[in-house]
This record gives sequence, structure tokens and C-alpha cells, in this order.
Amino acid sequence: MSVRAARGGFFTRVGAMIVKEFIQLRRDRVTFATMIMIPLLQLILFGYAINTTPRHLPTAVFTHENNEVSRAILAALRNTAFFSFVREVKSAEDAEHMIRAGEVLFFVEIPAGFERALRRGDAPQLLVAADATDPVGSANALAALAGVVNSALVRERFVDAPGSAAFEIVQHRRYNPAGTSQLNIVPGLLGTILTMTMLIFTALSVTREIERGTMESLLSMPIHPVEIMLGKITPYVLVGILQALLIMGAGMILFGVPLEGSAILLAVATLLFIVVNLSIGYTFSTLAQNQLQAVQMSFMFFLPSILLSGFMFPFSGMPLWAQWIGEGLPLTHYLRMVRGILLKGSGFSDLTTDAGALVVLMLVAMAIAVARFRQTLD
Amino acid sequence: MRTAAAPAPDPDVVIEVEGLSKSFGGHRVVDNLTMRVRRGQIYGFLGPNGSGKTTTIRMLCGLLTPDAGRGTCLGMDILTESRAIREHVGYMTQRFSLYQDLSVRENLEFVARLYGVPQPEAAATQALQRLGLEGRGKQLAGALSGGWKQRLALGACILPGPDLLLLDEPTAGVDPQARREFWEQIHDLAAEGLTVLVSTHYMDEAERCHEIAYIAYGKLLAQGTVQSVIAAAGLTTVTVEVKGEAGQEAGRLARDLARDLSQRAGVDMVAPFGTALHISGRDATALEAALAPFRSDARLAFRADAPTLEDVFIDLMRRSKDEMR
Repeated sequence: MSVRAARGGFFTRVGAMIVKEFIQLRRDRVTFATMIMIPLLQLILFGYAINTTPRHLPTAVFTHENNEVSRAILAALRNTAFFSFVREVKSAEDAEHMIRAGEVLFFVEIPAGFERALRRGDAPQLLVAADATDPVGSANALAALAGVVNSALVRERFVDAPGSAAFEIVQHRRYNPAGTSQLNIVPGLLGTILTMTMLIFTALSVTREIERGTMESLLSMPIHPVEIMLGKITPYVLVGILQALLIMGAGMILFGVPLEGSAILLAVATLLFIVVNLSIGYTFSTLAQNQLQAVQMSFMFFLPSILLSGFMFPFSGMPLWAQWIGEGLPLTHYLRMVRGILLKGSGFSDLTTDAGALVVLMLVAMAIAVARFRQTLD
Repeated sequence: MRTAAAPAPDPDVVIEVEGLSKSFGGHRVVDNLTMRVRRGQIYGFLGPNGSGKTTTIRMLCGLLTPDAGRGTCLGMDILTESRAIREHVGYMTQRFSLYQDLSVRENLEFVARLYGVPQPEAAATQALQRLGLEGRGKQLAGALSGGWKQRLALGACILPGPDLLLLDEPTAGVDPQARREFWEQIHDLAAEGLTVLVSTHYMDEAERCHEIAYIAYGKLLAQGTVQSVIAAAGLTTVTVEVKGEAGQEAGRLARDLARDLSQRAGVDMVAPFGTALHISGRDATALEAALAPFRSDARLAFRADAPTLEDVFIDLMRRSKDEMR
């Protein structure tokens, strides 16, 4: 009679799946190339392109008087590097027109008698109109305005030193004193790129087997759904690590991103984040009927991840319900951790909440995946 | 030798199912199916497309859950022990379901590892030799021709040393030479004690089986050895040969005769074979009465014949269709 094989163990079967997945991954040259190129291209593209504190914004000036005070104000504004005076206009209508046409983003008007009123202590008005259709673009410049003008006037001794009536807005840009976008963007890109690639790769893994007909064979063999899942996730953990290394390496070399905290902590957090995303992608894979559905589900998840996680817009600025949605997204927690470790030097005790949240998300996703995995063709 | 929780009444019975039913979307694909397969047998599973062959096979190996019925496979319950059944069953799917982007050897090693074969590489090498695929180990499975794919699929099925093979239309789209070799291999395996359940459309393949079952519209219509199935059908067959005419004339005569006969009571089936007609009826007397007027025609030679398996199956299918109406 046939040689009855000694029944293999859990690790043998998971190992068999891993080897199989690796070979398939290696054969798929295009996918493999994209896995390496996507993170690098995106990092370079977005790292250099995205700037949330834009400088040298075109500004029009309308001064009714030309004197020391107005010159000091304009010089101070120019020195912030936020404003670039492109035109001096002769009437308010001209300035309005330029803003509406998009030729300038700001319009500064120093009214007649400004100096005299200032010296008398009448608190005259200085008009600064901003094109706020892009709030992010104008916000930083506007925020800098009051303090800059005030200190300029104090320095030139047009007004009394701050203390009694005059006040100064104290602004500290902590952890990122220059407000450099890259320092924020690079950790964010690390998170979003990992989310996207990890989600899609595993989301396709089960549906691909179903579409190619190989699932029928696989299901008729003695392998447990948990073993299939682990076998399919593990190779992509390595891919994720490779991507993370590429992004971090390029981020440090190209953008000078610091590593204030522990590298080991960063590695652990990243590994956890990779596994969470793979689990979620795998869950989509068991829910979807075909590869197209799996991709759609991934994007349904990916978009809120970008918009509600605090990657693009400040998390605390969102209404409470949106924050709750955000708390359910792994990227939110990972961004906090990775920004903390890279820029603030956070230690493990600072990160326990977010790490815990990731573990919970991972377990929930895995549980759904295993429960939803169809062991039969019913 | 099998350590089963619920021992089968007869240790030599490999498959025993009773009242198996399965519906998809309100359509009954398998209806109250009962069958027995003994150890070491090659059991042919025949029936038209969509008759429920694949569904039955999938229920046997636990890929589908029956809506009703019970049964054992290798002494294990198909409802509760399907995981254990999978370790001892080799299932060859109708469509090639190994990995096209893996090489022949990689596919075999993968299967060997999943079943926990002690030395997967050695087992794969052995399987390659057995299949005559030595030179093709590195070739991608997707690049193989139909016959080689089928050979590889069978090789992967028998590699872990199963006790039961479930083959779902294994020879569909395979050339006659490869088919013959395939069947030789099946017989060798059965001689070693392996039980084989094989579904097919081909009558010549059915005749190579020890026992056959015919299934149509989800119902098992006949079961037994080829001879007993033919005998049980109770068909009387007469062959009429058109002689002494030129080719075209003989063909026209045969066609007209076929049209005429098929309208008559007592004639259930007329099948042309060249210039000969194969005429069958369930009632021998009625058939004779229908043929009597033509007996005197000098151009026709009548000869009593044995019904073929094909005659029997087509008759069975028509009868069950009539019953359904």
C-alpha cells in the first residue's frame, strides 16, 4: 500500500505556504519592481513637492503714505519670507482685482495717517486681505503677521516696548522649529505607503487563488485557514520591512529626518503596523468575491486613512465623530508613534496607548479573516 | 488499519453515502444520492454536463457541505471529519488547479510539504521520475501542454500516498495516447490497493472501470458493473445495414429509414453509424413489430445486436427527462 507520510506539523504547512508565496512573488517581476519603486518614487516626489508652510507668497501692497513706519512694516513682512511683494498698487480696487484673479494671495493696505494715529496711540488698522480658498497656504503667513509687525514697530521705537498696552503673540514651533514640511511628510509617507502596498498585496492574495481556480485544490488539502493566512502574510512582512528601510533611509539622506528616539522602538512599531495592515488586507481578501472588489475595498479603507489619520489634516481639528473614525484606523496610531519616535524622541511609555490600539486592530482583523475564510466552496 | 471514530460496517467499503442532497439557489443539483464504493475499485462516475458529478465529488472530500444525507469516506464521517478525510484523499479538479506560476518541481514540493511528507525534495524527485517528467522539473506548470498538465495534476494527487483518489473528468481535452497511458496508471494504482472514483464523459473509459454509476439531473439512475448496467436497462438493439448501394444513395436511404423508424411506437432510439443504424427499444415485441414492415426490403440486412453502454445511458437520460415532466 502507499507510503503514509507522517503527518506534518503546523510550521511545516505554514512554511510550505511561505515558500510558495515567495516563489510567486519573485516570478511576478512587475509587482516586485513596483514594491521597490513605489516607496522611493513617492517619497522623492511628495517629499520635495508637498510643502504645508509655503513661503514667498505673492503679495500686493497699497500704501497711502510713504514714511518710516510703513517702510518698517513692509521690511518686517518681507523678512518673514512668507510674503513676496510683487506689485505696488495705486487703489484698493486694483488690489481686489489681483486677489480675485489669483495673481496675488495677499493684499496689504497701510491706510492714510497710519503713522500719526500710531504715535497718538489710536491703534490704527492695518488691512491684510488673504485669499483663504487654500487655508493651509495662507494660515501660517497670517499667523506670523501680528507678531512680526508689532515687534518691528517696537524695534524701530515707533511704539512702546511690549508690556503694558501692546502685546505680543509668542509662537513656538516645537520639534520642528523651522516648520519644515518634510519632517512631517516623511513619517507620514512611511505610514501611507506601507498602508497602501500592504493592503493591496494581501487583499489580492486570496481572491487571486479563487479566480485562478487554485483555491479548490488548496482547500482539498490538509491545511488550516490560520496556516494559509500566516503563510500568505509572512512574506509581505519582509516586503514591508524592506519598504520601511528604503523610506527611512531615503528620508534621512535626502531630507535629513532625525531619529530622536530608539531605532529598535521604531522597528517594533513599524513591524506591528505592517502586520496590522496585512491582516486588514487579508480580511478584505476573504470578504471580496474577486480581485476587483478586493482592490475597491482597499481604496475604501485607504482614503479615510489618508484624510482622517492626521497625515494630511490636523487630527485635533476634526469633529469628535471624525476623530473616533480616525482612532479606528491603524495609520492614526502609527503616525503618532512614528512622529513621536523620530521627532520627539518618545520612549515606550509614551507609546503604549497607540501600540495597544494597533494590537487590538490586528487581532480584530485576524479574527474576522479566520472566521470569514471559506473552508468550503459553498 | 484505519483508526476511525465511526467504523464502517464493512472495512472494505471506502465510500458509503446515503440520501445525499445539495441545492444551489433553489436548484437541486444532487438529489437523494446513495452509493457504495469498495476498496481497490475503479469506480466510474458518468452523466451529462451539469448532472451533479462534480458536486458529489466535492461533497465527498468536504469541499461542499451536503444539505441532507449522511455518509462516510474511508470510514470517516463526511460531515464532521472532513479535515481528517482530506489527509487521505487525493482530489484532482476538473480545471487544472495547481500553480501555473510555479515550476513542476515547486508544485510537487509544495504538495509534499502540505501533507507533511518527510523529505519533500526527494518525494518530488521520485514523483517526477514516476510521471516521466524528469526533464521538465524546472518548467513552469502553466507552460505545459494539456496532457502534461493532467499528468502533473495526477502526480501531485498521488504524491502524498492517499487511500482514495477522486478524479473529476481527468481526461477532458487530452489526446488518446495520453488517455490510454493515464488509464494504465489508474489500473496500476488500483492494483496497489488505491480506490479511484473517476468521472468521465467517455464511454470507452467507463468500460475500463470495475463499476460505474450513472447520474443525471442529480439522481443516480444506474449502478453496478458495465454488464449489469446494460442488462438492467432491458434494451433490445437491432443493427440495420444498408448494402449494395452506392455511398451517397446508401446514406440517403439510411437517413430516410432513421426518420421513419424514430416516429414509430416501440422504437426508442435510432443512432446512425455510417450506413448502419443502431435501433433500440425497451420492449422487444414492440420493437420487432415496428421493424417487421422493413424486414422484406432486400437492401437492408438486419442483425440482432447487444446494446452499448451509450445506448443505455441515452435511454436512461431520456427516461428520467420524461419523468421530470
